[in-house]
Amino acid sequence: MTTATLPTRRDEAWRYADMDALARLGAAALDAWQEITVPADESVTRCFVVGSAAPEVHRIRLTIGEGASAAFFVTNVGSDYTRVELEVRLARGAHFEFGGVTIGGAGVTREFVTQVVHAEPEATSNQTVRAVHWAAATGNFLGEIKVARHAQKTDAAQDFKGLLLEAGASANAVPQLEIFADDVKCAHGATVGELDEGARFYMMARGVDPASAQRLLVQAFIGDAFVALEDEAERETLLDAALAALEGARL
Amino acid sequence: MLTITDLHASVGDKPILKGLSLHVPAGEVHAIMGPNGAGKSTLANVLGGKPGYEVTGGSVEFRGQDLLALEPHERAAAGLFLGFQYPVEIPGVSNVQFLREALNAQRKSRGEEPLSGGDFLKLAKDKAGLLKMDMDMLKRQVNVGFSGGEKKRAEMVQMGILDPAFAVLDETDSGLDIDALRIVGAGINAIMRSPDKGVLLITHYQRLLDVVRPDKVSILAGGRIVETGGPELALRLEAEGYDAVMA
Repeated sequence: MTTATLPTRRDEAWRYADMDALARLGAAALDAWQEITVPADESVTRCFVVGSAAPEVHRIRLTIGEGASAAFFVTNVGSDYTRVELEVRLARGAHFEFGGVTIGGAGVTREFVTQVVHAEPEATSNQTVRAVHWAAATGNFLGEIKVARHAQKTDAAQDFKGLLLEAGASANAVPQLEIFADDVKCAHGATVGELDEGARFYMMARGVDPASAQRLLVQAFIGDAFVALEDEAERETLLDAALAALEGARL
Repeated sequence: MLTITDLHASVGDKPILKGLSLHVPAGEVHAIMGPNGAGKSTLANVLGGKPGYEVTGGSVEFRGQDLLALEPHERAAAGLFLGFQYPVEIPGVSNVQFLREALNAQRKSRGEEPLSGGDFLKLAKDKAGLLKMDMDMLKRQVNVGFSGGEKKRAEMVQMGILDPAFAVLDETDSGLDIDALRIVGAGINAIMRSPDKGVLLITHYQRLLDVVRPDKVSILAGGRIVETGGPELALRLEAEGYDAVMA
């Protein structure tokens, strides 16, 4: 069966999507869900860099078993519309960790869309997304958290920070919390700002050239998204891909 | 080494420096004192090239170069060090990473080879020791969670590592307790007291001057140098106050 029709901006999860790019991609591509199941007490870590010269939509359905954990870390550097979507279901005591970075210019929309369902008690989730954009580009994080009625002791957190390197770039954060249990912790935060000029001058006053100062500050900014990733080589790969994308940015 | 001639500078539309002239030859430590609002920090920021400070007239020659024509990082590579009154916190960047990047950027622009990680750590440890600062502090994020005194000491460690030809130190003594003041003063002497180096030391208090012992003291008031003398001028200021001395 195919979806046959494309979503519209009226669909909450597609509110900031690039509809022209979706039309180019075609509705059939939206049916390609990748299903991943993490059995009870096991743990899975996945790291990937997404993005190319064509539109990309990655849709992942993740089921995390009792006491299991899954960690996903993504650098989104598409030079056309690039969307990563994660639908996550957490069983009792399971953990989901997500770290994502969207980075780029060229008027492109890059986004993460997550739906994390705390279906059973005592599960935890933590999502950290950083967006760095310039040249009329857009970075989005639409994060939905659903806590079922009996999912007591849920601990869910999501944190978004956008860094806009020039006027005309934008970042959108849409946290959506739907909580039916009463003994839960759900935290969310979102900020959007510019590069810290004071820090940049401080670095330059010590001899660091403007491009290197910007790179160091951006590296520090996006580093938060990959703090929970223990594998240093993987972390380097994700950071390097992001910093390579920064090369074309305005100083 | 540093020659400032008839310097005028504004912040926003407000003129702050109004014809400031000053010469600091190599080998000299020159203290600048002056009442609040006289333009001391503006002078430091203009010399460092901070955005927002507009030079509207005059010139600054530094080691034969037109200092004002250089970008801030080029000024640093030319040998100028600006000690900040309020050192900036940079979350997510360690002191070691920051300073190695800074030092190697300076070396590169002078046509020197970059320092290896091992050699850099040896140098950093040496300079941290001079300021009695624990190496662990240098592995932490730049100035994040540092007390006021620790920030100032870290500034001097940075100065030691970068080894500039000339330092402009803007109220490096503010926020320091008596012991830290002695350590910082001794650090300035160890790093900068040399026949081929110079220091412009901006301060409010005699106490730092007891340790660093300037060769010259100038009073900055109303955006100009109104009086220059020897160390005794600072002592007179301490005893009598600005109004009496400038009257």
